[in-house]
Amino acid sequence: MRGVDYVLKRIFFAIVTVFVAITLNFVLFRTLPGDAIQALRCRACTQEFKDALRHDLGLDKSKLEQYRLYVADLAHGDLGSSLRSQQPVRSDLWEPIKNTMAMIAMGTFFSILLGVIVGVISAWRRGTWADRTGLWTGLTFYSMPPQWLGLIIVLYLATWLGLPTSGIKDPLIGLLEDASTWDVFVDRIRHMLLPAATLGLVLFGQYALIVRSSMLETLGEDYVLTARAKGLSNWTTVWRHGFRNALLPIVTLVALSLGFIIGGSITIEYVFSYPGIGLAVVEAIDQRDFPILQGAFLILTLSVIFFNLVADLLYYRLDPRIQ
Amino acid sequence: MSTAVEIAESAKTPSSPPKGFFRSVVLGQRQAVVGLAVITAFVIIAFLAPLIAPNPKERLGETFTPPGGEFPLGLDGGGADMMKLLIAGTQVSLIVGFAAAGVSALIGGLVGLVSGYFGGKTDNVLMRFTDYVLVIPDVPLMVVAAALFGRSLTNIVIIIGVIYWTSTARIIRAQVMSVRERVYVRRARSLGAGHMRLLRKHVLPQIAPLLVANTVLLVAYAIFAETFITFLGLGDPSLISWGRLIQNAFTDDAILNDAWWAIVPPGVCVAIIVLASTLVGQSIEDALNPRLAVGHLSVRRFGLRVLPQRPSRGERGATAPPPSGASAGGKGRR
Repeated sequence: MRGVDYVLKRIFFAIVTVFVAITLNFVLFRTLPGDAIQALRCRACTQEFKDALRHDLGLDKSKLEQYRLYVADLAHGDLGSSLRSQQPVRSDLWEPIKNTMAMIAMGTFFSILLGVIVGVISAWRRGTWADRTGLWTGLTFYSMPPQWLGLIIVLYLATWLGLPTSGIKDPLIGLLEDASTWDVFVDRIRHMLLPAATLGLVLFGQYALIVRSSMLETLGEDYVLTARAKGLSNWTTVWRHGFRNALLPIVTLVALSLGFIIGGSITIEYVFSYPGIGLAVVEAIDQRDFPILQGAFLILTLSVIFFNLVADLLYYRLDPRIQ
Repeated sequence: MSTAVEIAESAKTPSSPPKGFFRSVVLGQRQAVVGLAVITAFVIIAFLAPLIAPNPKERLGETFTPPGGEFPLGLDGGGADMMKLLIAGTQVSLIVGFAAAGVSALIGGLVGLVSGYFGGKTDNVLMRFTDYVLVIPDVPLMVVAAALFGRSLTNIVIIIGVIYWTSTARIIRAQVMSVRERVYVRRARSLGAGHMRLLRKHVLPQIAPLLVANTVLLVAYAIFAETFITFLGLGDPSLISWGRLIQNAFTDDAILNDAWWAIVPPGVCVAIIVLASTLVGQSIEDALNPRLAVGHLSVRRFGLRVLPQRPSRGERGATAPPPSGASAGGKGRR
């Protein structure tokens, strides 16, 4: 059973990676000269208070003991408490995670849609001006810093499109009268559109490239030739035989570019003041709130590992050839 | 002993990379010429920066004075000349780009070389480790590291370099593994050439062009990464870089002042140099690895199959086909 073998191997790899990530997280945050308490920006804090805080957080124990405690806490889903709000990190980050997920999902959807369209057209009409224009546009957007593209969109497009450029909620909605669920939903979507569009524009180039090359590869396969010989129309051949197979690498690519997607979303959220995990990270950096930063980093890493695993398994499911 | 080896080797030394390899790459591909010219221009500007743009942060007039007359790009939110800031920024951004790319080429090259050359257990351990590092999202890691280690140029260079080595390691390893098994290397080995000699005389020259191509691409990613880190307020506070200019435009509310001249130029510079590096890096890669540019029909004739490319985060567009289907890929696509 090679199939089961493959799945087990991927799962094992993911589990080990999780431990590597946890250890890295621990090492990064706990082995620095000084510690979180020392870095805390707090003029009124006395030495006694800091020592007490250090004791509370277990920072006065040995590194090994700290590591054991850290892993044990994580196993219980405990990410520590924010130094600022004194709330558990988990509850502080829960809302931002949901917001970010929604935005990233929308942005990735945009980028895949655009990438597939451009990639298919480029492959179909390869060597023509359509091919060149599409790919160069994608590559150019791909070369732009996401935060800068966000600023440009705010500067030139936002007013023209009449879309909100900051926050996630119109403060006026539901203020005077009760807003319907539908209105709230539409308002949410409107706030998500610009950040998601920025993310989509920055990302679509690489999807276009990969769709194009895998389309070109599949279009040269014998079964495509057979389809043509059978007399299927051009469109049916491209759609049914070329495109469906060409879509496979996208699954892998989305998973692999998750690090970049998340990185881009951090700065994009900052530009649009979108209250996601990126904005939480920026605020945590600003206030030297290390538990939040550590928690956010761990969550981001774990979700990347998780989605990589999902992509691997999905790929296995979609492409019987690996079996 | 070494003379015997030398004579045997000189009898039939492999001729690739052939003489004038880079010349043929550069002359053969228009995009490489354009990319190289752009990079050279920026490098020259970076070197001349202290002469043509001294005291870039000096206040010269009203905040957000529009372009025109004395100031072709206007003044920024602090009343400083945007042109001068941009030139000074070129220097810092390029320093970060080249230094960080150097660091990661060094680490990645070394890991790839050792892993590919010695193979076996060494390879296993190193590549497992690389795999794990590859999965950790790079930008968040950079941001966290920059936040923890403090805001200085050296720190940023080291952080970017240390995080971006993985893709280099993988690419170099693959190449070394194939070079290692070539007949002339095996022959030199059987004649008693030591590891150092084999690596220096036979393996390194073969992978050098690939390493160069990869490093050129890494320069672009490093410049890109610097804008991320700086935008989040983690850059060196005393230095002006392109990333810093974007951040300044944002924090000084250039948008509310409708000051496009403070926002547009730094991003355009980043995009241009990233695009240029991509062009050069890909041209070298295409020249080295014709398989990427060959259509699958001719590949299959030799019983080979283009493996599903798995571009990693670090390489981004690197393994993808050349951008302009007509000029580079067109030759072999049919």
